[in-house]
Amino acid sequence: MQAFDYARVSTVDEAVRLLAARNGDARVLSGGTDLLVALREGRDSAGLVVDVKGVPELMEMFFDRGGGLMLGAAVPCQRMYSDEPIAQAFPGLMDAASLIGGVQVQGRASFGGNLCNASPAADSIPALIVHKATAVIAGPGGRREVPVEEVCVAPGRTQLQPGELLVQLRIPAPEPRFGAAYQRFTPRNEMDIAVVGVGAAVRLNADGDHFEWARIALGAVAPTPLLAAEAGDALAGKAVSEAAIEEAARMAQAAASPITDMSGTAEFRRRLVGVLTRRTLVAAIERARRAGTHWNADLR
Amino acid sequence: MSTKTIVHTTINGDPVEFLCEPRQSLLEVLRETLLLTGTKEGCNNGNCGACNVIMDGVLVNSCLVLGVEAEDATITTIEGLASPDGLHPLQQTFLEHAALQCGICTPGFLLSAKALLDRNPDPTETEVRYWLAGNLCRCTGYDKIVRAVLDAADRRDRVTR
Ligand SMILES: Cc1cc2nc3c(=O)[nH]c(=O)nc-3n(C[C@H](O)[C@H](O)[C@H](O)COP(=O)(O)OP(=O)(O)OC[C@H]3O[C@@H](n4cnc5c(N)ncnc54)[C@H](O)[C@@H]3O)c2cc1C
Ligand code: FES
Ligand code: FES
Repeated sequence: MQAFDYARVSTVDEAVRLLAARNGDARVLSGGTDLLVALREGRDSAGLVVDVKGVPELMEMFFDRGGGLMLGAAVPCQRMYSDEPIAQAFPGLMDAASLIGGVQVQGRASFGGNLCNASPAADSIPALIVHKATAVIAGPGGRREVPVEEVCVAPGRTQLQPGELLVQLRIPAPEPRFGAAYQRFTPRNEMDIAVVGVGAAVRLNADGDHFEWARIALGAVAPTPLLAAEAGDALAGKAVSEAAIEEAARMAQAAASPITDMSGTAEFRRRLVGVLTRRTLVAAIERARRAGTHWNADLR
Repeated sequence: MSTKTIVHTTINGDPVEFLCEPRQSLLEVLRETLLLTGTKEGCNNGNCGACNVIMDGVLVNSCLVLGVEAEDATITTIEGLASPDGLHPLQQTFLEHAALQCGICTPGFLLSAKALLDRNPDPTETEVRYWLAGNLCRCTGYDKIVRAVLDAADRRDRVTR
């Protein structure tokens, strides 16, 4: 691997100071499952690698009734799904956490790293988007909070500026009768990159037979993970029915702008968007009905 | 040239200090500095699991960890699996089930399997197969490996390590 300096920091301020001083030549190291491969293969370079796993805020994960789930940017996927109350409350996020690589990757790989790596096929991003997650970003000028769907701007590029650091992902507390799911298509069951990934979230009415709102997000069918806002909005107020789901799936297909590459043709990907939108909506509805209003209260 | 750093670790129960450059992976340090060559290099990019070690209780690809990240860490490598009394139950069942041929993938599979049984002493076959999905073997076919892990889990009811 190319030579670089290494610094392990213990506060956000220290990280920001180091990153800002290097003017684009420093890289944040969370789990390293993208960064170290990219540095080794020469797809990225760094004069300084700043290890943020010693910063408590980036390694914390807790649920707060008012603020929702605070997920430190560097918390590994394995810690997420090993925390039973949190795993039970957010099955739609765990769908993604348990799909990223194999277990040895999940022991290090974080949602923060997945988001900042900005792959169009990143599994956590559609799941985060449908949960209405926001990203807390710290920089020399202070902190700002942006919706996750606005973080990625191009393949491998985020809106973070040199000197900025993703601190935390905030996921709102699940509303009553909320359900979410993420699924992807891969030729192999495990250890593969999504040909298409789709996340869906719904909130149903008290009887569980109408949509109050819905969100659908797509992976690997555009330069960045995509919120298919119209497809989700079209469900609001509608009765839960096959026809409504079918209509949303068609609108999600229309929102996709897939390309043909070695993992699939554009036509195949567009078909998959339809299939996976239907499946994830059905899974989200089922979870919403099962969740009812109860588990929300169990969570501390 | 970046400067070398002294890193303090505990490896297989012994305190170990080593000197490394930030760009060196833990895998490189284990094999080339510490001469613990039981940990293997396959792909060097996280896909094959041959380099797996257990670091602070977590199964990791040592090719995707920097040596400098191991400061204060407790690490188990394949050299730490057997005890003076004999082989680890997993090593024993791998032998009995002929769960290896060339053997290059074996240390990684053993560490993965150990991490699984430490967490879940009684896994189902499906759980074993998913857990081992990040380990590649080009010789054996996975079935014998899965049988060996399930058998070791059964025997752990009697032998606990
Ligand atoms: C074998 C293998 C299989 C994989 N399978 C999948 C898969 O199925 N699905 C999938 O989506 N991905 C997969 N990946 C990619 C990778 O594991 C994930 O993207 C992972 O979530 C990255 O997280 P990390 O903590 O390791 O990030 P790192 O590698 O530490 O960082 C990734 C990038 O984000 C930057 N960064 C990290 N943290 C921050 C921060 N807090 N603030 C600002 N920038 C930051 C880094 O500088 C780097 O550019 C796989 C990787 C491997 C090696
Ligand atoms: S050598 Fe590390 S995963 Fe293959
Ligand atoms: S025994 Fe040869 S690679 Fe597994």
